[in-house]
Amino acid sequence: MSPNLHIAFRFLTAKKRAMLMSLSCIILGVGLFVVTQATTSGFEEFFIRTILGADGAILIQDKLQATQRSMAAGGYGSGFAIDLKEGVKYIEGIDDPEGLRHLLGDFGNVSGISVVLKGQVDIVSSFKTETVRVYGITLDEHLKVTNLADQIVDGKLDDFRNSLSGALLGREMANRMQLNVGDSFQLQAVGQLRRYKVSAIYETGIGEIDRTRLYLNMPEARSLLKKPTGASFIQLQLTNPEAAPVVATHLEDVLKYRAEPWQDHQKSWLAVFRALSICSGITVSVFTLIAGLAMFNTLAMIVLEKTKEIAILRSMGYTREDITRIFLWQAVIVLVIGCIIGAALGAGVTELVSRMPLPINGIFKTEYFIVSRNPWHYAEAMATAVVMVMVASLLPSRRAARLEPGDIIRGTAQ
Amino acid sequence: MTTPMAESTDHHVLRCEGLHRYLGQEEGRVHVLRGVSFSAERGQVYAIVGPSGCGKSTLLYLLGLLDQPDEGKIWINQQRMSNSSDADRTAARGEHIGFVFQFHFLMQEFTALENVMMPMRKLGKLPPAAMVARAHDLLKSVGLGEKTHRLGTQLSGGEQQRVAVARALANQPAIILADEPTGNLDVKNSTLVFDLLTRLAKENGQAVILVTHNPEIANRCDSVRPMRDGLFV
Repeated sequence: MSPNLHIAFRFLTAKKRAMLMSLSCIILGVGLFVVTQATTSGFEEFFIRTILGADGAILIQDKLQATQRSMAAGGYGSGFAIDLKEGVKYIEGIDDPEGLRHLLGDFGNVSGISVVLKGQVDIVSSFKTETVRVYGITLDEHLKVTNLADQIVDGKLDDFRNSLSGALLGREMANRMQLNVGDSFQLQAVGQLRRYKVSAIYETGIGEIDRTRLYLNMPEARSLLKKPTGASFIQLQLTNPEAAPVVATHLEDVLKYRAEPWQDHQKSWLAVFRALSICSGITVSVFTLIAGLAMFNTLAMIVLEKTKEIAILRSMGYTREDITRIFLWQAVIVLVIGCIIGAALGAGVTELVSRMPLPINGIFKTEYFIVSRNPWHYAEAMATAVVMVMVASLLPSRRAARLEPGDIIRGTAQ
Repeated sequence: MTTPMAESTDHHVLRCEGLHRYLGQEEGRVHVLRGVSFSAERGQVYAIVGPSGCGKSTLLYLLGLLDQPDEGKIWINQQRMSNSSDADRTAARGEHIGFVFQFHFLMQEFTALENVMMPMRKLGKLPPAAMVARAHDLLKSVGLGEKTHRLGTQLSGGEQQRVAVARALANQPAIILADEPTGNLDVKNSTLVFDLLTRLAKENGQAVILVTHNPEIANRCDSVRPMRDGLFV
C-alpha cells in the first residue's frame, strides 16, 4: 500500500460517522439509479420488442411522386436558378409488391419481408357486428417479420395455414365478439358476406391491434377485398432494428416508396419513455449530489482538523501533490466501497422489483414489473457518482495542498 | 531531488547569509529577521536563545525550508536552496532535514512504529522490512522498544516527544531542527529528550540546531547563539 493511500485510509476511518454518511448517500445514489434505469429501460425495451414483434422494423407503403421543379431564371450561362418545391405526393399502396420484394432481397440488413393487403370489413357474429381491419398475409413470410407464433394464446397456426377459410383474431376482438377457436363468423365487405372459422387467437398486448386486427390468408383476403393485385404495404424485419431510420432513408432513395421506421411510428411513446428515464435519473441523482456534498463536508472537516498533520507531512518531504492525493484517495475509497455496495443493492432491488406483480395491458402485456439488466446502467450510475464526488473532493484536497507548513506550525495559517 | 545549484564549497552542512524575513501585511508588517547569517557543522549541537518574538523560530523555519526568506541565501549540503522550487525544497526536507517541534505533532491514528516509518516510506530508500527494523531500532534507542504498537493517544507527553525525536532521525538527515523540543515537558522528560536528541545526533554525525528558552538546555549545547530583534548578538 502506498504511503498516501495508507494515510488516507487512516484519516478516513478516524471520521467514521461522517464517512458513513457519504458512503450511505453513494450507495443509495448508485443503487436507486440502477433500479430506476432498470425499470424504465425494462418497460421501454419490452415496448420496443412488442412493437417490432407486431409491426416489424419498417413499413414500406405509398409510392413517392417527385414534384420538384427547377426553372432557369438568369438566362444562358448565368448559373442562376429558382427551385420551386411543391412538396411530396404519395400514391397509395404498392402496385408491384413482387418486384419490390425482389429488390429488397439485395439489402443486407433485411432479415424478413412480408407483403400485406389491408382492408376494412365488418365482422358479424351471433352476438354483434363491428368494423375491423383485415390483414391478408402469407403466414410463413409474416412469421419472419413478427412474433405472431409466440403471440398465439389459443388454437394452432397450422389450422390457419391449412385452411383458406381460417382466420386469426386478436384476443380483445374475440372477447368482444364472444368467439372462441373453432367458432364461425362472417365478414362483410364490398357487398359480399363470407363465412370464416376462428383458427387461432393471438395476443400482442397492444390493445389497438388485439381489438381491430384480423388475419386472413392472402388469396382469401384478395378475394374478399376484391384486390387481385398489389398490396397495402410491405413489412420488413431487420437484423439490427436500431438501424431502421438509416435503412428507411436508404430504401426511400432507392425504391421511391415511403419507408417508415418503427421509431417514427412510435415516436410519441418513445419520447415518453425517454422523458421518464431522464426524470428518474435526475431525481435519483439528487442522492449522488448529496453524497458529493457530504464528501465535501467530510474532507473539509478533515482538512480543518488535520492541518498540523498536513504540516508535519510536508516537513517530512510529502509534496503538495501527495497531500492532494491523500485527500482524493479518501474520496476514492468511499467511492469504490459505495459503488460496489450500491451496485449490489441495485441488482438485488432490481431482482425483487422484477418479481412484483404489475398487470398491464394496452401498450403491451405484462403481469410483472419488467426490468432491464443492462451493464450500462451500472456504468452510468457509477460515472455519475464518480463525477459528483470527485468534483466535490477537489476543493478541500486542493485547499489542503495549498497550506503552508511554516504558517501552520507558526499558527498563522489562514 | 534537489537541483545542483552549488555555490558553496565549504564543509558546513547548513549555511545561511543575510536572511531577511518580514511577517504580516501592510501596517502590521514586521521585519522579523534583519540579515541573519549562520552556519552549522556535522556532529555539533547549536542552541538559539532569546526573548519571545526575536525571530528564533522564524529563522528555524527558514533553515528548515518550511518558509522562504524575503532576502538572503541558504545552503543545505552545499546546495543553494533559497529561491529554489517548492518541489526541490520539499525533497530536501525529506532527505536532509529532521524536525522536532514543541508539540510532538504525532499522527494520532497511527502507532509509534508507523509514525517513525512515515518519513522513510516517503523517501522510499529502504525496503519495507528494513524500514520496520530501523523504526524498531530507533524506538528502542529512545526507550520505547516495548511500545512500538501503541497509538499516539496511548502514550504520555514525554513518550510522544521521544517518538517525534525518533521520527526526526528516521531518514538519517544531516540536520535536525528542533523548535523548543522540551518546552512542553517536565524537567525529567526535558532532560531525557534532550539527552536522546544530542546523543543520537552526535553518534550519527548530525548537526542539531535547537531553539530553546531553557538556559540549562542551552548551556549543555556546543554553541549558544543569542538573538535579539532579528539579529544574532
